[in-house]
Amino acid sequence: MPDATAIAEETAPVDAPAAGTPVLEVEGLKKHYPIRKGLLRRAAGYVYAVDGVDFSIGPGETLGLVGESGCGKTTVGRTVMRLIEPTAGSIRLKGKDITRLPKDEMRPYRREMQIIFQDPYSSLNPRMTVGDIVGEPLLVHGIGSRKEREERVAALFDRVGLRSAQMRNYPHEFSGGQRQRIGIARALALDPSLIIGDEPVSALDVSIQAQVINLLMDLQEEKKLSYLFIAHDLAVVEHISHRIAVMYLGRLVEFADTRTIFTSPQHPYTEALLSAVPIPDPRRKRNKRILQGDVPSPVRPPPGCHFHTRCPYAEERCRTEAPIPKRLSPGHVVACHLR
Amino acid sequence: MPRPENNPGAMAIDHDVELARAGANVTGWASGLLFQVRRHPLGAFGAVIVVVFVLAAAFAPWIAPLDPLATNPRASLAPPGSEYFLGADFMGRDMYSRIIYGARISLAVGLASTFLGCLFGIALGLMSGFLLGWVDLAIQRIIDIMQALPLLVMALVMAASLGPSLENTIIAISIPVIPHVARVIRSNTLALREMPFVEAARAQGMSEVRIAVRHVMPNTIAPVIVLATAQLGSAILTEASLSFLGLGVPEPHPSWGRMLSESAAEYVRTAPWLVIFPGLAISLAVFGTNLLGDALRDILDPRERS
Repeated sequence: MPDATAIAEETAPVDAPAAGTPVLEVEGLKKHYPIRKGLLRRAAGYVYAVDGVDFSIGPGETLGLVGESGCGKTTVGRTVMRLIEPTAGSIRLKGKDITRLPKDEMRPYRREMQIIFQDPYSSLNPRMTVGDIVGEPLLVHGIGSRKEREERVAALFDRVGLRSAQMRNYPHEFSGGQRQRIGIARALALDPSLIIGDEPVSALDVSIQAQVINLLMDLQEEKKLSYLFIAHDLAVVEHISHRIAVMYLGRLVEFADTRTIFTSPQHPYTEALLSAVPIPDPRRKRNKRILQGDVPSPVRPPPGCHFHTRCPYAEERCRTEAPIPKRLSPGHVVACHLR
Repeated sequence: MPRPENNPGAMAIDHDVELARAGANVTGWASGLLFQVRRHPLGAFGAVIVVVFVLAAAFAPWIAPLDPLATNPRASLAPPGSEYFLGADFMGRDMYSRIIYGARISLAVGLASTFLGCLFGIALGLMSGFLLGWVDLAIQRIIDIMQALPLLVMALVMAASLGPSLENTIIAISIPVIPHVARVIRSNTLALREMPFVEAARAQGMSEVRIAVRHVMPNTIAPVIVLATAQLGSAILTEASLSFLGLGVPEPHPSWGRMLSESAAEYVRTAPWLVIFPGLAISLAVFGTNLLGDALRDILDPRERS
């Protein structure tokens, strides 16, 4: 088990745009799902979806969280939002520990963080007008009069590039990209400091992806937003992130600023991920390091380093001993025995 | 393959007609209705039948030419004709007037029992699917019990212990509707509670009850409407069968089902109009509600609106 505090100490923002207390600090976050079996529904085992993750996000900073599907990155996002209860660890929002806050006490903190979902179709209630969808957070928190809310929704529509005349339409009358803008407008309604994007562009066409990412970046500059940007596509993450955390089977394996990750990745898994990013030039060839096999089951994660079953450099101690995250340079942390 | 210019009649697209077909010139209430009628002619037909029955029920005293309860020994088993439009029964009561008044009973029982059944079914289904755990378990067992009770036995017990009455018939018919609605709502709720838009509401800090009412329930309405209109037809039918067996609406209310039962055995050969017309009324009412229900489902689901 990696030392839980090691990464947290090492990940104080290096080149985060603004100093001060981090917007979000996550320490030793774990989410184990029990697998219940038998008549008494006793836990026969656990799915180690998230198994000790530490990071922090500064004001106005974007942290990209990448990894293969099934590595637990979505669970991290949901747990931070307290949509899923964490098994262990702590979540601090602007210095306040929200890990175990009861529902009603959690409410005011929900204004500070919002989430954008991957699927622009199922994330909007098909029976509500988009104006009502975007205005709903205001209604829930009892903000403004009916007229004020309507004006705010119109302003939000305008900001994300939709016509406020479309407020009375239903979600099915919009394209995927427009729907994602509606989802962004909804997330912005409460003026949060942190937005968690759970693969917010993965379901969109490439040209629309760029528009949405640019919109997110403009909004960040304007409102000093912090993003936790979850994605499986490094090319997308590179453009928007200040720092990148690479996740594998419930743990962070490498954490550094975006340039370091792309120019000198230290973890073999990061290397493999990078070599999978296509280069838009047919004449250039790259030594592709295609990983063999599948991600091992999070029900029985391999002993030692989780990655050793697929690592081309694995040694004897990788199979028995979990690597402790090491700081290679300020702000660059790697969990690998070989570095 | 004929080229477009060689065959202008087949290939030309009249844009005005196409736009009208897509609903582009729907401007208000009336043109919207006309547009839906064109798109769902069968549904419109069903709606007309239902409206005719509703009007007949509402204005029965003005429409019916004779008192449905007045007997006339001289007119016993009178065939359809100028005096008795649809004939008269063995007590000489006017069939036409009795069928018009019978619409009141059928619709009252059908609507009231469907409404009651849906109300409790929706409440139980939502609670069951949303709260899960022991609440779900308890509600599911209650529903099993409801389904295990045969309708006729229950109606018999209710009629025997409380006396046959309009209210008891309504309650007896509404009970088997509850498990149907509750099961549909529950399975829809189970799927909906995992939807990202429900998670988004949770992320905003919305209370679970409000999520259930605002986000889950409206999305289960389409299947409930289909189910409710199907149930409306079968409730009318059930009322007829209960009355046929003498367990439903008591005398002197004219009920289509009892009109059938009174005459089916004895008069089907000698005075077939006593069987044909109440039977026709039941079939038409059920047919109309089913056609209307199918069309309503298509119209009310905004995902199918274009």
